[in-house]
Amino acid sequence: MKIVVCIKQVPDTNEVKLDPKTNRLIRDGVPSIINHDDKAGIEAALQLKERVGGTVTVVCMGPPQADVALREALAMGCDDAYLLSAREFGGSDTCATAIIISSALKKIGYDIVFTGRQAIDGDTAQVGPQIAENLGIPQVSYTEELIDVTDETITVKRQYEDRYHIIEAPLPCLLTAIQELAEPRYMHAGGIIDAYAKDITVWGFEDLKDVINPDHIGLMGSPTKVVTSFGKMPKGAGTKLEVTPEEAVEAIIAKMEERHII
Amino acid sequence: MDFKLSKTHLLQQEMYRKFAENEVKPLAEEMDETEVYNLDLLAKMHKYGLMGIPYSKEYGGVGGDYLSYALCMEEVSKVDGSTGITISVHTSLCCSCIDSFGTEEQKQKFLRPLIDGSKTGCFGLTEPNAGSDAAGQQTTAVYDAETDEYIINGGKIFTTNSGFADTNICFALTDKKLGTKGISAFVVPLKDEEGNAYPGVTVSENIKRMGIRAASNCEVSYENVRVPAANRLGKEGAGFKIAMKALDGGRIGIAAQCVGLAQGALNEAMAYVKERKQFGRPISAFQTTQFKLADMQTKIDAARLMTWRAACIKDAGENYGPAAAMAKLFASDMANNVCREAVQLMGGYGYCREYPVERALRDAKITEIYEGTSEVMKMVISGAMKVNAK
Repeated sequence: MKIVVCIKQVPDTNEVKLDPKTNRLIRDGVPSIINHDDKAGIEAALQLKERVGGTVTVVCMGPPQADVALREALAMGCDDAYLLSAREFGGSDTCATAIIISSALKKIGYDIVFTGRQAIDGDTAQVGPQIAENLGIPQVSYTEELIDVTDETITVKRQYEDRYHIIEAPLPCLLTAIQELAEPRYMHAGGIIDAYAKDITVWGFEDLKDVINPDHIGLMGSPTKVVTSFGKMPKGAGTKLEVTPEEAVEAIIAKMEERHII
Repeated sequence: MDFKLSKTHLLQQEMYRKFAENEVKPLAEEMDETEVYNLDLLAKMHKYGLMGIPYSKEYGGVGGDYLSYALCMEEVSKVDGSTGITISVHTSLCCSCIDSFGTEEQKQKFLRPLIDGSKTGCFGLTEPNAGSDAAGQQTTAVYDAETDEYIINGGKIFTTNSGFADTNICFALTDKKLGTKGISAFVVPLKDEEGNAYPGVTVSENIKRMGIRAASNCEVSYENVRVPAANRLGKEGAGFKIAMKALDGGRIGIAAQCVGLAQGALNEAMAYVKERKQFGRPISAFQTTQFKLADMQTKIDAARLMTWRAACIKDAGENYGPAAAMAKLFASDMANNVCREAVQLMGGYGYCREYPVERALRDAKITEIYEGTSEVMKMVISGAMKVNAK
């Protein structure tokens, strides 16, 4: 079985800062990690491989520094790795990113594709489903558990807010992983040595141009236009009233009426 | 000259750090209190390669170098000195003897299980009457030509890991007249195939100690213990050389353990001084605190560089003995000072067992004693300097 995991390298902090000019995340100087949901996808893929055999290929789109995320995936036990990196890919939104990744996947081949549910830097949860749409394959988002797999189908448990679904999907299909899907293993010390002895395939625009429309990728090809971004502004100290509960109710209602909230 | 770690080393360092933080740190306090090493943790360390770092993949090892091993020793020792010595004795004392002096057959038979995760090793050199004077061995091994075996009698003390280890490197006199040249090294199982004590071998209860209390450390007695002649490492009489070579390498690991103990204690103290308020401000705002921490970090860094240098010399295949001895001498002294200062910075809380710097200070003391005392290190260093040569 050919299992492919798509991962993203993200800044290891919740305190990401925005560049006020470009409204994009400033990544310089922030340590990078594999996105948590994606790492659960790697672990699930490795466990699936241990169950049914096959190979696990890991794919990452990003700058050349994303190499280390792929080495980490290899050191966990993935078989081979692809880095999709090109100036033309820069500035892509989720739609353009999904076009680039799905184009690469068409060339790489797959039976099951894992992506993370969403990345901690953007939180859109769009790329996985968009890849599936581009490839024309079924998708199950919020995958919490792999229940069964055969040559033709996979049965998974999908998390919902107040319930879960048991879903059987025909292969090939795409699953977006949540952290609960699998607790990632550590890299193996020997795996790290092996990971750096392996070659990572780097694909730029030239390698994918036969399957990609250049007008649909990069900053210019992205339908998303960021008008403005801003961090949370600290609120003022607020007003404190030392009154009885009844007086408090009156005061709050008066304030809400004053501001035309009610 | 390049002081930067390679990408491979950096990723290993990250992995060892995460493992130490997530797997070792949560158990360290309890293991110290109970004086019992957690064998599930040991199994996990085997699983992720921490017990076979500088050994070839050909035998199931990680295929790393001594610098990789030193990085691991530092990271685990930051959170637990006992785990440091458990890895160290297995790796650089037990396994190294077989790796450096074993035949291909011996490596397949004895080294492979030690580094593929199925067995753990220890190293029996020190005897009740042979400490720094390791040449004063009294344990004997007599060859029995009829069975092609050696019969070992005697006793070893302070054998780290012996409480749970499977494989021991035992040093014994094969010819009392020859002094150090009469000592031979043997691979002696401590357990039989069923996991019971090997016939004639008795391992005592854990010896009660001041620090590294979670590490297993027992007396091992040999009474007519028979081992095949094929278990002898090197020639008859090569034992002393084998032991000294293993200890030379071991000292790099201990120096790294010292760096870890000190850095771990400093990290705890750093976090504390930012929180602790006295005289109306955090104690980190006082210059005396800032200067003390600056001194501590400088000394740690110096010891780290000496340790890495010794490891790099060994990895280059050059004579690393004096560099390893200097690294251990300096780093062990440094670790004791830095851990003491960390306790001092944290005051009464630092002295409590609730805070890990108290344990780090207790753990640090042994580093000036085992795998060669500081005095022995000075013998090695001054010997290499030929101070007494005419």
